Amino acid sequence: MKKLLITLLFAAVSVNVFAAGGAKLDDAPIDIADMDSLKRGAQGFSDYCFSCHSAFFMRYNRIGKDLGMDEAELRDMFIFTRDKKGVPTKIGELMKVAMTDEYAEKAFGTKVPDLSLTARARGADWLYTYLRSFYLDAYRPTGMNNTVFPDVGMPHVLSSLQGLQKAVYKTEEHDGITTEHLEGFELVQPGSMTTAEYDAFVADLVNFMVYLAEPVQNERRSMGWKVLLFLAVFFVLAYLLKKEYWKDVH
Amino acid sequence: MGKSLLNWIDDRFPLTKMWNEHLAEYYAPKNFNFWYFFGSLALMVLVIQIISGIFLVMHYKPDGATAFASVEYIMRDVPYGWLIRYIHSTGATAFFIVVYLHMLRGLMYGSYKKPRELIWLFGMFIYLALMAEAFMGYLLPWGQMSYWGAQVIISLFGAIPVIGDDLTLWIRGDFVISDATLNRFFSLHVIALPLVLLFLVVAHILALHEVGSNNPDGVEIKKNKDPVTHIPLDGIPFHPYYTVKDIVGVVVFLFFFAAVMFYFPDGGGYFLEHANFIASDPLKTPEHIAPVWYFTPFYAILRAVPDKLMGVGAMGAAIVLLFFMPWIDRCKVKSVRYRSGIYKANLGMFVVSFVVLGWLAMQPVTSTITLMSQIFSVLYFSFFIVLFITSKNEATKPVPDRVTQ
Repeated sequence: MKKLLITLLFAAVSVNVFAAGGAKLDDAPIDIADMDSLKRGAQGFSDYCFSCHSAFFMRYNRIGKDLGMDEAELRDMFIFTRDKKGVPTKIGELMKVAMTDEYAEKAFGTKVPDLSLTARARGADWLYTYLRSFYLDAYRPTGMNNTVFPDVGMPHVLSSLQGLQKAVYKTEEHDGITTEHLEGFELVQPGSMTTAEYDAFVADLVNFMVYLAEPVQNERRSMGWKVLLFLAVFFVLAYLLKKEYWKDVH
Repeated sequence: MGKSLLNWIDDRFPLTKMWNEHLAEYYAPKNFNFWYFFGSLALMVLVIQIISGIFLVMHYKPDGATAFASVEYIMRDVPYGWLIRYIHSTGATAFFIVVYLHMLRGLMYGSYKKPRELIWLFGMFIYLALMAEAFMGYLLPWGQMSYWGAQVIISLFGAIPVIGDDLTLWIRGDFVISDATLNRFFSLHVIALPLVLLFLVVAHILALHEVGSNNPDGVEIKKNKDPVTHIPLDGIPFHPYYTVKDIVGVVVFLFFFAAVMFYFPDGGGYFLEHANFIASDPLKTPEHIAPVWYFTPFYAILRAVPDKLMGVGAMGAAIVLLFFMPWIDRCKVKSVRYRSGIYKANLGMFVVSFVVLGWLAMQPVTSTITLMSQIFSVLYFSFFIVLFITSKNEATKPVPDRVTQ
């Protein structure tokens, strides 16, 4: 009977599915407790994402507090904007960008999504695979397509790092029907990073985005085990109390 | 001083009387097992939900333009807002786990049978109110799944002939889910339904304490009383015996609760669905709309029937039939311990079909999934039919006079 309870509790947790548009996803090698990785990811985010994408639910100084950066470091990494009067953006402000939806519609044919919660909506594995799955496609306006997010509006902004790759398909025949399966990618023109360096760069970036989606993660985990420990001790006392009272029940 | 204060109060309000009636001199059977933790746990989760809810309402904005952002504000800017929000969201899941196990206990030990029919009926109304409460609460984060889940469920009322369209319009307060819907759901979620729930819970407990608790043997302990004291021989005062025992249950429960809350708050996408981290967008339907896990068995029955009206009818019947358990089950023996193999197999099949239906509803529709949903829907309903037919003249085992340990 207890087994039933445990099964009911964890049946839901054990199966983990993301709606992924069919493509197989790689495991994102991330560690949310790795502050150096988060800082590298934050830098990458600022350099390559944060010009078009906002992180509207996040405040600059929250990143500073969580990643151990002071105001000067934060400004150096993220804040280059001023308001209409020329006053520099305050570090307690939400992380907005200057690009308007109207401009984005014209430039990319779609609004640019806010990235605050993308890691929670899509999953780390999706992001990790997506950022490594751009390939050359002459039929797209940007010249690039993506196997994880077909016909995506976003240009491959990381192409100077990764280089340019083409998709390699394998043709299979089953019962007279030929289908093409993605086998992998082939680097056509190298970028400034090797494949391993680029994968590590994307992992850091995804790590930061996972943090961005739920900044409290590290705090919640460290509070968690203390609460569990307290409850474990409380259990022993509660059990002994129960046993003492129930001695006289026959 | 304490004594005279108590006397002062007792002269004006039945404090000691109530304490004795419901705790210190409420005699409960001494053979309660594991399954008997879930009643008190359900009460505790209700309190957790109300308290955490009060704090959430202090920061949440029931407004179509700001609701989604206000939830993220709670998660990021409100001190310990994340903790309160996760308590509330984990509490919703915990509530249903606890209530489902509590209901299964009732089924196993025949706790709905005479003289406890009203306890069961109040309980079923609690379950109904709880489903409404959870459904309306799920709209409030105003994410994609909130929006489209509500869209799907409310559109079900549109299947009702003649009044369907007007009814859905009346429920939403608009032609689509909108700010008007969000506002009324907020009002119902934080005021109306909690009041209904509290009233029903009081009625449930008063009815229970009027007739006394059932037990795993299904023996009426009031039939064997001490000739002098008139206390049931197999009864022990709820306080302190079951209060100290329930504390142990509470601690174990909180351990699991905290483990989920601190380490798997979104439950792999089943407690907080992934698509709900995208703000609601009336123009973009998510690829795959699935209700939260606790509604899935009924959703599977709905999807299993090709005709919309019939599907809604079947889904409603799946819940309504449970109300009639005291009359569908005509067997005099209460506890599964002394009932026939047919009953045991039937109940086991019912539990299996409920769980499998829940899983099926979370899968994208394919012909296999639909076929399986149909098979397990039939099995779900066959529980009631088989029970009604076989329970009248069931080959039961002899029931002991006194409870066993």
